[in-house]
Order: sequence, then structure tokens, then C-alpha cells
Amino acid sequence: MTLMNEPIKRAEIKPKYCRFKKNGIKYIDYKDPDFLLKFINEQGKILPRRLTGTSWKFQKKVTQAVKRARHLAILPYLGDSLK
Amino acid sequence: MKNYETVFILNPVLSEDQAKDTVDKFVKVLTKQKANIVNVEQWGLKKMAYPIQKKSTGFYNLIEFAAAPETVATLETEFRRDESVMRFLTTSLDKYAQEYNARRRKGEFNRTKKTAPKTEATV
Repeated sequence: MTLMNEPIKRAEIKPKYCRFKKNGIKYIDYKDPDFLLKFINEQGKILPRRLTGTSWKFQKKVTQAVKRARHLAILPYLGDSLK
Repeated sequence: MKNYETVFILNPVLSEDQAKDTVDKFVKVLTKQKANIVNVEQWGLKKMAYPIQKKSTGFYNLIEFAAAPETVATLETEFRRDESVMRFLTTSLDKYAQEYNARRRKGEFNRTKKTAPKTEATV
């Protein structure tokens, strides 16, 4: 009972933010692999919103851009140690 | 009239000149359909992220144009007919994409290698 509702250390948790909203980026370019690399893991999978903090609106655009880049062989469909 | 951009990959067995001719051919297809060509870019021979048709490199090309929506269908049939085209993708551009492309054309972010100002600001 004592363990249950103990406060976790709030200071350690950095609040997430959407980098697109914060920096006013309106368009995500699928031709730019270096930028898109931030949103995929080393296997080439798209990172979830809970990890990147991207808002839902822009996550959809990120997904679209990554998929377009994959089609054009700018990003791999499956990778091995991309980073 | 709507704004579009299309990226296509040409077979690397072509010579530089042949690749250029092929691009010109598609530009001609567009102009015949009364499209306004905004920008044509050739990125040259680039390594692809995975092999397509057992080739690991390809000539990347970009055409930006404004045209009636029917034009895209015509262009894509031409792409399918031409055996030297390995991949193509046509996307319509919204107003933010057009702003971005205008800045890109001016070379505000150094294409391909460094996407310097934009990317660094985001970290």
C-alpha cells in the first residue's frame, strides 16, 4: 500500500513537444533523408508519437513522407543499423 | 491548373547524355499538354537505399510543373511505357509545399548533403 502512490521524480521527466509546431515547420520533404532519419529507428521503422512527441497532425505527414521516400529508394524499407 | 512535382529514377546503364535526353522527352510531353514547367533538376547518379531491378544506383530527376489534373495520367502512362524509368512518384503540392520548394530552389537549404539551417533549428 505504501508503494502504490509514491510520487515519481517529476524533475527527471522532460515534457515532450512537437518539433513541427514549435519551429513552425509546415511541410515535410520526402526528398530529404537526413531529416527523416530522425523519425525512424535503426531498422527503418517509423517511430511512434509517444517517443518523438510529434503531434498527431504532423505524425501523419511524417508517415506519408517516410513512405514516399521508401518508394523512391531514398530510405530503405528495412535496414540494418541505419544510425 | 494545379501544382505537381514528380521524381523519377532512370536506369543507370544509360549514359549521362541519354539520361538527359530522356528527361527532355518527358518535359516535352508536359509542354505538349500545356503544362508550365517550374523547375527541372537532375541529381545525377545516386546510390539507392535498396536495389531496384537488380541495380543499386540510378539517375534521380525532379520536375516541378503546374498543369491540369489530366496531364498527370498522360505523364504516368509515358513513364510506364519507357523501360528506362525504374520508379516514379508524382505528388500534388499544397501551399506549404510550394513555399518550401520555392525556398529550396533558391538554395536556402543545401540540397542532399546538408539540410543545414532547417534541420539544426529543429534539434
